[in-house]
Order: sequence, then C-alpha cells, then structure tokens
Amino acid sequence: MNLPSILLALLLFAHSPFLASEEARPLAEDPVLEERVKAISYELRCLVCQNQTIADSNAGLAIDLRNQVRDMLKRGMSDTDIREFMVARYGDFVLYNPPVKNTTVLLWLGPLLMLVIAGVVAIRVIRSRSKSSASQDLADADINRARVMLAESDEKRS
Amino acid sequence: MKVSKFLIPLVVFLGVSVFLFKGLSLNPREVPSPLIDKPAPAFSLPLLHENGSTLSTNDMRGQVWLLNVFASWCGPCLEEHPIIVDFSERGVIPVLGLNYKDNPVNAKRWLERHGDSYSSVVVDLDGRSGLDYGVYGVPESFLIDGDGIIRYKKIGPLSQADIEADILPLVDKYKR
Amino acid sequence: MTPEIGHFAIILAFCVSVLQSLFGLVGYARGYAQWMSSVRRTSYLIFFLTSVGFACLAISFLTNDFSVLNVASNSNSQLPWPYRLAATWGSHEGSLLLWVLMLTGWMAAVARFSRGIPTEMISLILGVMATVAIGFYLFMLLTSNPFDRLLPPAADGRDLNPLLQDPGMVIHPPMLYMGYVGFSVVFAFAIAALISGRLDTTWARWSRPWTTVAWAFLTIGIALGSWWAYYELGWGGWWFWDPVENASFMPWLCGTALMHSLLVTEKRGSFKIWTVLLAIITFSLSLLGTFLVRSGVLTSVHAFATDPERGVFILGFLVVVIGTSLLLFAWRAPKVGLGGKFQTISRESALLANNVLLVVAAASVLLGTLYPLFLDALGFGKISVGPPYFDAVFFPIMAPAMFLMGVGPLARWKDSPVPDLMQKLKWSFIVAVVSALILPFVMGDWNVLVSIGLLLALWIALASIVNLSTRLKQIRSGRTVTLIRALSSIPRSYYGMLLAHIGVAVFIVGVTLVNGYEVEKDVKMSIGDTVSMGSYTIQLDSLEDLTGPNYDGVEGTLSVYKGERLVEVMYPQKRMYTVQQMPMTEAAIDTGFTRDLYISLGEPLNDGSWVVRVYLKPFVDWIWGGCFLMALGGIFAVSDRRYRKAGSSSAAATSAP
Repeated sequence: MNLPSILLALLLFAHSPFLASEEARPLAEDPVLEERVKAISYELRCLVCQNQTIADSNAGLAIDLRNQVRDMLKRGMSDTDIREFMVARYGDFVLYNPPVKNTTVLLWLGPLLMLVIAGVVAIRVIRSRSKSSASQDLADADINRARVMLAESDEKRS
Repeated sequence: MKVSKFLIPLVVFLGVSVFLFKGLSLNPREVPSPLIDKPAPAFSLPLLHENGSTLSTNDMRGQVWLLNVFASWCGPCLEEHPIIVDFSERGVIPVLGLNYKDNPVNAKRWLERHGDSYSSVVVDLDGRSGLDYGVYGVPESFLIDGDGIIRYKKIGPLSQADIEADILPLVDKYKR
Repeated sequence: MTPEIGHFAIILAFCVSVLQSLFGLVGYARGYAQWMSSVRRTSYLIFFLTSVGFACLAISFLTNDFSVLNVASNSNSQLPWPYRLAATWGSHEGSLLLWVLMLTGWMAAVARFSRGIPTEMISLILGVMATVAIGFYLFMLLTSNPFDRLLPPAADGRDLNPLLQDPGMVIHPPMLYMGYVGFSVVFAFAIAALISGRLDTTWARWSRPWTTVAWAFLTIGIALGSWWAYYELGWGGWWFWDPVENASFMPWLCGTALMHSLLVTEKRGSFKIWTVLLAIITFSLSLLGTFLVRSGVLTSVHAFATDPERGVFILGFLVVVIGTSLLLFAWRAPKVGLGGKFQTISRESALLANNVLLVVAAASVLLGTLYPLFLDALGFGKISVGPPYFDAVFFPIMAPAMFLMGVGPLARWKDSPVPDLMQKLKWSFIVAVVSALILPFVMGDWNVLVSIGLLLALWIALASIVNLSTRLKQIRSGRTVTLIRALSSIPRSYYGMLLAHIGVAVFIVGVTLVNGYEVEKDVKMSIGDTVSMGSYTIQLDSLEDLTGPNYDGVEGTLSVYKGERLVEVMYPQKRMYTVQQMPMTEAAIDTGFTRDLYISLGEPLNDGSWVVRVYLKPFVDWIWGGCFLMALGGIFAVSDRRYRKAGSSSAAATSAP
C-alpha cells in the first residue's frame, strides 16, 4: 500500500463517521403495515388502563390486542372488520370514537344543536339591541363624575 | 305564571348533579360483556393434566356449566379460589378452569397447593381464547347453558353472594 | 408536634372563615359597619393560618416525618428534596390544602388591593370567598386530613409516583391552582353584584384585572401540564382530552369568554346579565373539576385515588354553592337593566359571537366528558368518548372564533360599517390565503388541514399588524408625532391584547405543523447503528448503566449529525425506580426554534440491540410558546396604569380607535 492510498483511506474514514456502521433496521417487519396498526390502535381503548389507547400502553392486554390487530390486518381484514371484532368481544366501550347509534345521537348532534340555539339567541339579542331604545342604568353619581372628568380633561387640553 | 328563563341555568345544573350523584355509585372501570345471551365462542384447548388431549366447547353441550378464568400469577384468583373449590365440590354444575396466559408448571403447582376440584382445566397459553370471551382481567367467570349460550359473566373474584343470588337461580332456570 | 400545629392552624382558619362569612354577609344585610370593615383583617389572618398549616405539612415532608400518614404514603427518604416538597401536594389531601392555600391567598390579595372598592361591596366579596373556604376546610377536616398520624411510624415511605418526580410537578399544580382557584374572585364579585344590585360598568372594571390574572395563571398551568406530558411520557403526545385535562380546559374557555364579556360590560355597559352568569359558570366549572378529579366518577391517568364517599361530600358542596348562586341569579338578574345599543356589525356583536363560540366549545367538551356517565347512569351501557370525538367537534367550533380574532379588534364599538372593515382587512385576507396555499409545499406535502390552520394563524397575525398600523396612523394624523412617541402613547392594555392574540396565532402554527408533518421511526439499534430522520443522521454510540438517587437503569449516548457535521449529542434514559418498581422512560429532547428532535429508549431485545424511538416534531415548541405569549399578553394588559390607580377618577378608557 503506497502513501497516497493510505492517505486517501484515512481521509475517507476521517470524513464519514458512519462508514463502518449499519443503518438500523425498523422494529416492525413491515413498517407500512405497522402504520395501519398504529392508526387503528389509537382508536381502541386499553381496558385495564386508566384511560389510554392500546397504542400508548404497555400493559399485557394492550400488547395482546395490538398483536391481534396486526394479525387481522395481515389476514386482510379491513379497519371496519377489526373494529367490529373488538366491539363483539368488549362492547362499544373499547372504541374511543363513539359509534353513531340511537343512544349517541345526542352526543354527536349536541354541539351543533347548542351552536344553533346559542346562535339564534345571539341574533335575537343583536336585533333587539340595534332596534330598541334601551335605557342605560347610570346612577346619578356616575353621571356627575363623568361631567367632572370631562371638565378636567378639557382643562388639561387647553 | 311565567316561569323565569333565568331559572334555566339552575335547572340544567340540578339535572347534571343528579347524574353525577348516580355516577358515584357506578364503577367506570367495569366493562359489561356484550356476550350475554349470545353463543359462547368456541374453543378447543389442551388439557392441563392430560398431555395430548383437548377439550372443546362442544363437549360441554347439553349441560349448564361454569367457566372460571384464572392464573397462578393472579392475586384475586387466590382470593376467590376457596369459593370456587367449594362450589364445584357441591357438584351442582361442572366447573371448568381456563388457565389464562400462564406457565402450566406453575399452574399445576398452584392447583396442588390451593385445591383442584375443577371438572377439567384447559390451557390458554397466548390468551387468544380469553380474548374471544372478552376477558380483560383475571379472574372472570361465565355461566353457560346447555345450548352453549352465555347467560352470566362475573368480572372479578366470585363471592358466595354471587353464587347464591345470581348463579344458582340461573342454573335452575336453564337446567333441563 | 409540627403536624399538630398544622392541624390546629387549619382548624383555626376554619373558625375564622366562619366568622368572616358571618361578618361579611350578615354585616352587609344588617349594615353593621364594624363587622363589614373587619373582613379585610380576617382575610389576612386566614391566609396566615392556612400558610402555617401548609408550611407544617411541607416541613413534615422535608424532614421525612414518616409518622404522618400522608408523608409515609407519598414520599421516601431517597427522594430528592425538591420532590419531597412537591409531594406535599402530590396527594388528594395535600392538593386540597394547596387549593385552600391559593383560595385564601387570593382572598388576602383582594383584601389588600381593593382600596377603591366601597366597604359594603368588599364585605360581600370577602364574605362569599370565606364561605367557599368553609366548605373546603370542612371537607379537609372531616374526610381528608393531611395531618393524620401513622402509628407506629413507617420505617420509610412508599415514595412519590415516579411519573411525578420531575420539575414539572414542582410548578404545574401551583400554577394551575392559582388559575382556576383565582376565578373565585370574579365569582365573588358577581355574587356581590347580584346581592347588592350594584351591577354596572364600575363592577366590570373592578372584576376584569382579577379575571385576567387568574386566566394568565391558568394558561401557564395548562401549558406546563401539556409540555410536561410531552417530555415525560416518552412518545411526544401533548394533549389527550383526558377528563382531568378537560376539567382545567373548560374553565379556561369560559374564562377567556368572560374576559371578553367583561370588556364589553366595562366599555359599553352591555351584556351585564350574561357576564354575571358567565362568572358563576366559570368558577362552577373549576369546582366541578375538583369533583371530577377526586370522586372516582371518571377514569383518568390524572385522577386521585379516592373513594365515592368523599365524592358525595364534594357533590353536596357543589350543589349548595352553585345551586345557591344560580338561584340568586334567577332571582336578581331580571332587576338588572339593559346596556347600550349596538348595530348588527359592531365590536359588541363580534365579541358576542366570540362568547357564543367559546361557551359552546366548553359545553361540547363537557358533553363529551360526561356523556359516558350519562349513558351508564341511565342503564344504556358503557361507551368511551376520546380524542376522535373531541377533535372532530372542537376545531370546527373554534375555527370561526379564530377568524373573528382578526375582525373583532378592528371593529368599532356600536357600529362598524362593513365596507370600512373589508377595506382595512382586504389585503390581510388575500396574503393569508395565498401564503396558506403555498406554504405547505415548502414544508413537505400539501394538506388541506395544514392550509386551514396556517390561514387562520396568518390571518390573525396580519390583522393584528393592520390594527396596530391603523391606530398609529390615527395618532399621527394631522400632527407630527415620532413613531416612538406614537408607540409609547398606546396603552399597555392594547399591547397586551395584540400579544395575546398573536400568541394564539403562534399556538395554531405549532399545532398545525406538528400534526401535519411530524415523523416517527421505531428501530432496533445496536452500538454503531444509524438511523436517518429528515436531514439528520443519528448514531448510537454507547449504552451504559446508570444509578440515580432512587433509581437505576441504562443511559444511551446518541450523536446527531447533519450531513457530516456533529450537531448534538443526546442521552435518553430508561430508569427503574427501586421503591415502586416502576420503569420510566426519560426521553432526550433537542429543542429548537423550528423543530424538536425527540429520542426515547424502548426495551432491550434478545440479540443485544435496543428498541429506539426517534421523532422529528416540527414547530412543536410554538405550541407552548404561543401559550406563554398569551399569558404574557394578559399580564401586560393588567399592568396598564389604569389599574394601578384603583378607584380614583382617572378611569378614562382609551382603547377604542
């Protein structure tokens, strides 16, 4: 090995810190599938936890359910199928996205309803305020104080 | 008499309070089973005590039986175990043990120590069958009738009161 | 001895509170001048006594007195002393003591900083606050005494939950409590106004600074909680719509509405009835939050482990306080007169719309939080309501409110002609729309939600700039005023408003960009392996055992390179806390203005490699930066000279253009 090649080799090693290192392998065998597992897991509740998704929890049941979801996705089941599977075994409680049923109509329509009602009330208030001659409740003392203040500031300006 | 619209906030608040009060006697962590009055999920699992043999739900057809999910690593299971032993010894109905996500060696030892009067014990190593039953903690117990329909689920340790008040009447109802 | 002193101090504080409540309320009713004038002094006394009680509990923690049950349950001799101090409020009993300390602190502050308020009103206000305090003292003394002894004493304590062993624990609860307990002041003002019938613009002027300060604290408290969850939990989430989070967010939403409503009442005398009701609602939500967290009615990671018996007590207290207030409201509100007129498009109507949207948003959060309870109580089974619901419902309601933030400050009081508004805002809108359509391409791929978020943020920022320049133009029209002079003539309250609104814009940018463009990689790494993230290459250099005061574990060393240049070295840890045997992930975060690099260790694998989770989170710190700006804006507004001359005649308002 001559000097120039040694120098070249040194130069190469000196520049690149990771010439000899490997790119880390993804944890999941199939990262694309894993993304789908995660997406579904964020909607499913961990039943033994204090309000966490099975994506966020490391409880035994959460890990089991994630594995179950992965298996089902591998077998080609759709997101809806998977949700139905979970609901059949654990009830609606396992879904963080409450299904639209006759018992949850009030939940899903509630905000819109409240907005409409509040909006109607607000519009009526605005209409009445722009038309009527509303009286102001100013105490006499306040009116006098206002007069005094106006006089003072007039003085200051002149 | 015109009821003041200004009373609406108070009325709404009192309504909410009623629910909050009711909520105090509920347990937000207990998940009711959607499988009540539905067919018990089928399983065919190896027996703990007899290597090579399996037991399936079909084998239990025609009789009312109790499925008790337990594990040697579970504290509350130990709590309820004397009651389970006592109940199965009474011979009213067969009591099947489902050893859930456990080490069979540990399970055998645990049963030796604390009593084994199950009619049979099956092994669910990975918990998949438990998952089919909606098991999320141990112990849990299911009462299943002769047609294979789940009629009752108990989450947590079974108590004597549960047996007398809930299980026995149902046994009478569904026994032929 | 110290716990007994503390216990005795609290009993005394309770007794004096009863006296103050009596003197304040009955004194007003009967016109007993001496009673009414004594309430300021009793307020100071109560605060002093409660401080003594709190100090005694803190001392018990700091000196490792394991004969006190609370200390034995929540502390440990190996626990570093800042966390031993924080453990004082780490339990249900301790945090109640913190609650009442804050309440009496605010009460003393009102007693001190209210020279301009007439004695009869102060008498009512402090009387009401003392009444609220009575409930808390009773609750503590009867069911949740932090000074209970454990005999024989434990050899050592059960340690503070490792999740709480963090600087966040030292500062987040005090800030949070300063916030929502602070709304008790405007609540007391509202009750006083209803009782006395003195509901006018002066009342609004007194109430506004107290509300704003409480709001600023609450903003910081919530932001700290969110940031803490982000760096502590290990996967970079920052908001979960958890019931306890919602319990602090609802008072914030209503508090924001209240600040704006008080503005209208102060300037124009309008919305008096609504403002009073909103003040009652905001504090009621604070109290409701206290109930939800401690009663066991809802499941939450944050909830204290406590029993339904205590829940009955709190609920009873809630019904008495809120029920009485709302009854008083129903009775006295009709007697309050109406305020000034205003046209359909005006600042009043913009603020009314703001109120509607904020309160409906709060109500929706309440609906989602309590709905599972409703269904269960009615026997309709159990459901869960989580982020998918709240996200779907909250953002559509808030988006118009954010749009209004651009319009409102520019609208004139009473009547704001639309052509005038449109002319002023035309360019802001166009620039905002165009930028919002183009910017996502710069960041990565185009995404409609990102565009909408950026549009709102840019709109608010540009409209604020237009607002300031319009105002400057007015000041300088017709006479020669230097820019500096003009800028310094504008009152601080105006700058406060601008700052707070810009804070909201910054917040929106953070949320939008991090949701739209964050990247996550879960990889298996052995020593020497690299993983690439955006323009960064990250290499695992080493993994070493580590020992801490009350934990041991593993620490990784990871070097971050941009191209060939070393940018940063990061040290994520995996800890096992010895007493509670709880594993904890301490993520390593490289904070940057435009992004966070976030690395956490997972588990070791059989082949010697480790699971490593790497996240790139663009602009995530803008979330909390925006909150900080909002709170700063609030403090600016309150530091306006007007408020310092409390009660004197120079109450001239100058913020209307």
